Formats: sequence, structure tokens, C-alpha cells
Amino acid sequence: MTALSVTRADAEAGTPLLDAHLVADRGAFRLDLALRISAGEVVALLGPNGAGKTTALRALAGLLPLTGGRITLAGRDLDRPDLDRWTPPERRPIGVVFQDYLLFPHLTALDNVAFGPRRHGADRRRARRCAAEWLDRMGLAGQARRKPRQLSGGQAQRVALARALAVDPALLLLDEPLAALDARTRLDTRTELQRHLAEHPGATLLVTHDPLDALVLADRLMIVEHGRVVQEGDAATITAQPRTDYVARLVGLNLYRGRGDGAIVRISDDFFLTTTEHPHGDVFVAFPPSAVALYPGRPDGSPRNIWPATISAIQRHGDNLRIQLSGPVQVAADITPAAAAQLRLAPGQPLWAAVKATETRVYPAAAGGLGRPGR
Amino acid sequence: MPAALLLPAALGLLFLVLPLVGLLVRTPWSTLPHRLAEPEVLTALRLSLQTATLATLFCLLLGVPLAWLLARVEFPGRRVVRALVTVPLVLPPVVGGVALLLVFGRRGLLGGWLDATFGITLPFSTAGVVLAEAFVAMPFLIIAVEGALRGADTRYEEAAATLGAGRWSAFTRVTLPLVAPGIAAGAVLCWARALGEFGATITFAGNFPGRTQTMPLAVYLALETDLEAAIVLSLLLLAVSVAILASLRDRWITAP
Repeated sequence: MTALSVTRADAEAGTPLLDAHLVADRGAFRLDLALRISAGEVVALLGPNGAGKTTALRALAGLLPLTGGRITLAGRDLDRPDLDRWTPPERRPIGVVFQDYLLFPHLTALDNVAFGPRRHGADRRRARRCAAEWLDRMGLAGQARRKPRQLSGGQAQRVALARALAVDPALLLLDEPLAALDARTRLDTRTELQRHLAEHPGATLLVTHDPLDALVLADRLMIVEHGRVVQEGDAATITAQPRTDYVARLVGLNLYRGRGDGAIVRISDDFFLTTTEHPHGDVFVAFPPSAVALYPGRPDGSPRNIWPATISAIQRHGDNLRIQLSGPVQVAADITPAAAAQLRLAPGQPLWAAVKATETRVYPAAAGGLGRPGR
Repeated sequence: MPAALLLPAALGLLFLVLPLVGLLVRTPWSTLPHRLAEPEVLTALRLSLQTATLATLFCLLLGVPLAWLLARVEFPGRRVVRALVTVPLVLPPVVGGVALLLVFGRRGLLGGWLDATFGITLPFSTAGVVLAEAFVAMPFLIIAVEGALRGADTRYEEAAATLGAGRWSAFTRVTLPLVAPGIAAGAVLCWARALGEFGATITFAGNFPGRTQTMPLAVYLALETDLEAAIVLSLLLLAVSVAILASLRDRWITAP
């Protein structure tokens, strides 16, 4: 509607549809993140529990007051705490899909979807026709007369999406949209959700702690920890060059931060890694667990990094075993069950860990100043 | 099963049921239809049903918003307000009637002004009966509705807000339907309490047949002159109460 006509003009002019700087204090916790999303773009806020993702979403929706910063959507200032300006949630062109959907239990699927258009001034017949079209588009025409408790998880999720989209929001917010579903439904629903998000002309912000949801659904990822953005970029960059332990664990890499000094990177006073590059200054070193080889005694020969380590845990990881090792640095190693049997691995057992210099990746840590110290 | 528990349990049940049995045993069944059709009985019954219904509507009108205030709005002194709301619950109804007289009586705090300005006289009128019943019955409604509102998930209201509903339409379109069963249960309890109201009514509204003489008052009056009439009226009230109990069966009587 009106919001979206502004949207397109803005998109052509190159200004992001949503331009927000969210600052909110909740006791000792402080959320402080800048967010810009263009029309048609899907951004994922990815982070561990308690990182402030849902707080950010609630602040955008107007369900939580900002203590600072601002929210500008489609050229309109929704929140300007400095000017005492605040727009109540019902007057924001924003649609929300809540984590457990919050479909109104006393209304049918059709009336749930018609609720928004009705509140936006459509008469009952027009609102229902609009709702019927949305349900049809979601493949739910046959479920229109059902009450929420008669819907399956996947159906309820789609009704919630239809309800949020039926008011033509300039900004669509999704809070863990797939978290309430079982694994199988999740797979189908994720694919379908991706299609609907691609069709949404406005901006979309997705909040999730599931990296797969973020990678599949979003054009751009923002990693949030402790209320701040620690890394931002497309999926390829983030998976190749993680900048925090959390991201490294998500994408399955060992990550260290140190000082480049010629061909070595000094991680701590008594530990360094040899690389094939010649890094200088503050850098990250990353290598996959599969690059770590384990030996019962000290190996010799070829140029590589070797250090003594102790097994702290053994987990199953796909077809392999993932061995967590303590020592001068914490490291994860992936080995085959056959190799593990040969080495007679058990927690507490001392070993030697080795990583070839060619397997390491080095990249500067200073870029953007977002990185936090590694281990 | 220990007899130490079973015996008092059986005695307790007997104690509750025996008076009702007594009522049924002493009922003059042969003359019952005739007595029920007597104009005085019908007048009292109609007045009782009318005033109890009006009192319930009055309680809904004021009690639901008050329950909402107690359940959803943080304000200083909320605990005090909640305590005040429950006072009529523990107050002897006669005291309530006296208190109502002191406020709405001709020389009362508001009564004189109401009389002089609008010519409204509440004591010893049918409106006075409604007022007395509402005073005693409103806490039942408020407590039930407040409980229902507290149990309802406020996030539905947030969802409604994100869909364009203001506070009022979120309340009427989402909150009220969600707590409708609680309101219905509260209203039935409130109505039953109003129907049986005696003390406050006779003190504030008096005992005028056709105007303020409700069923309980008629029973009390009949007891002094015609025992059988009192029994018939009591049986009628009992029947109405049991009907209410039956309608509430699912919500209140069965164990959770």
C-alpha cells in the first residue's frame, strides 16, 4: 500500500528501507546495534540465547521502548527517543511472525488473517477476501475454517506468516520462525518460507539461533553477541572468516587470535602457529578440525605445528569422532572411528596434535574493529 | 481407608445434604402446583430474577473494567484497591445495607444530592434492591474475571497491536473473547449470589411486596405466618440454585 510505494522509490534512490540504530537497556543488559535493510532484502540476526535478538525485534515492533538511537522506516521516523517521538505498534507498517505464532485461538484461520486488514479499515467482506487470497497463496484454502488448535505446526506457521503479510508491511519481522516445528516439517517449511520471503517486496528481518535457517533464508547475516553486532556479511564470508568463538563454533572451525610476526602467529607467550603467509599485526588464524592430526608420540619430519595435548571430551560428529583437546590452546580434531580405535583414545589421555601450515587460514582481525579476543 | 477420615467425611456430607432432604420431605407436594401459581410467589420470583439479572449487568459493566485495572495496570496502591474490592465478600450483608443507607439514604452522603438534583430516591425502591445485590455480589465477578485476565497470555494483545489494533479494539476483539469463559463463570456466580441476597436488601430496600420483596425476603416473611409457603418458596430457590450449579458443572465442580 502506501508504505510500499515509498519503499520502491527509496530502493531506487539507494537508501535502505529500514535505517535503525537500536539502543535499549534492560537492567544490566544493553542492546546497541545499527541495522540497515533494503527493500526486498532478507537479513538474519543470528546469535546465542540472550544475545539481544528478540529485544531488537521487540524494539522494532514498538513493543519495547528504545532508550536511544532511532528507527526510520520507509522515510518515516518511527522512534526518536531524543525528540520524545514514539509510534505505537498499531501504527507501524510492520508485520510480526511470533515464535509460537500467537494465532488468536477463538478465531478461524481465515479470521486470524483478516484481523489485520479489518483493523486497517477494510470492511468485513474485503478483509475476508484478502485473507482468503493469502491463505490460498500459502496453500491453505482448505484450512480457512479451522481454529488454530486444529492446525498442524507447519500450517499454523503459514497462517501466522499470511496474517503478518496481509497488512502489506514495509518491514516483516520473524522471531525464530521454525523453532516450534519438528525436524521434518522444518525442512519443508523452510523451503516454502524462503519462497515467500523472496516474494515480499519490503524489508525482512529474521531472528534465529539456528545457523542453517539463517544461511538458507537470509541474503545477509548479522551475528549478535552481548547486544552488539560482532560480525556482518554474506554467508560465504562469515563461514570462511569467523571473527568470534561463537561464529567459529557455528561454522565448525578452530579459531585463534594472535600477533603476526613473519611466518608465525604468536597466540600466547609460549604458543605460536606457523602459517604459509607472512601476516603482520593483529590477526585471526582458523583451521578446520579435520586438519588436526593426532599422534601417540611426538612426530617428526615435515614443517608443521606440533604441540602436546590432552583429550577432554569425545563426541560423535557425522561419520567421524570430534575430539576436544586441552593444552596450550583448546582445539577440536576430527578423526575416523578406525583411527580412534587404533590410538585407543580416552578422555584424559595425553597425545600430540599436529596441523600443517598449509591448512591454516590467516586474516586480519582489525577490519571493522568488530572482533573480540579469541581464546 | 482410615476410619478417622472416612467417618467425619461421611458426617460432613450428611450435614450438608440433610437440610435439603428435610426441605424435600416436608414439601407439600399435593398442593405444590397450586401454591406455585399464587400471585405473591410469582411476583417475588419475577422480582428476584429481574433484580439479580440487573445487578449482574451492573456488575459486568463496572466490574470487568475494574478487574482489568487490577490485572493489567501497575499503579501505586493496587494491593489496597484489591483488598477493598473483596471487603463486601467478608462484610456481614446487614452491615453493607447500613453502609449503603448512610451513603444513598435520603440524608446520606450522596442520597440527599441525588434526591435534590435528579429526584432519584434509591432506598426502599426496586433500584435499591439492585444496588444492594450488586454491592454484595460484585466481588465474586471481579475475582473471577481478574483471575481469568491474569491467566490470559498478554502476548496475544501484542500480536493484535502489531496487526493494527489499538488498546480498545485489542481489548474487545482479543482479550474479552479469550477470557469469555471466566467472565461467564464470574457472572453466574455473581447472579447466584445476588439471587440469594437477604441482609443488605432488607436493610437498604425494605420488604415491600411487588417492589422490594425478593424470594429470600418472602421466605423469611412466610416463615412467620405460613410454614408451607416458606417451604415452597425455599424449594423454588433451591431448584434455581441447583440449575446454576449444573450449568457450572464443567468449570467449577469437576476436579481439574
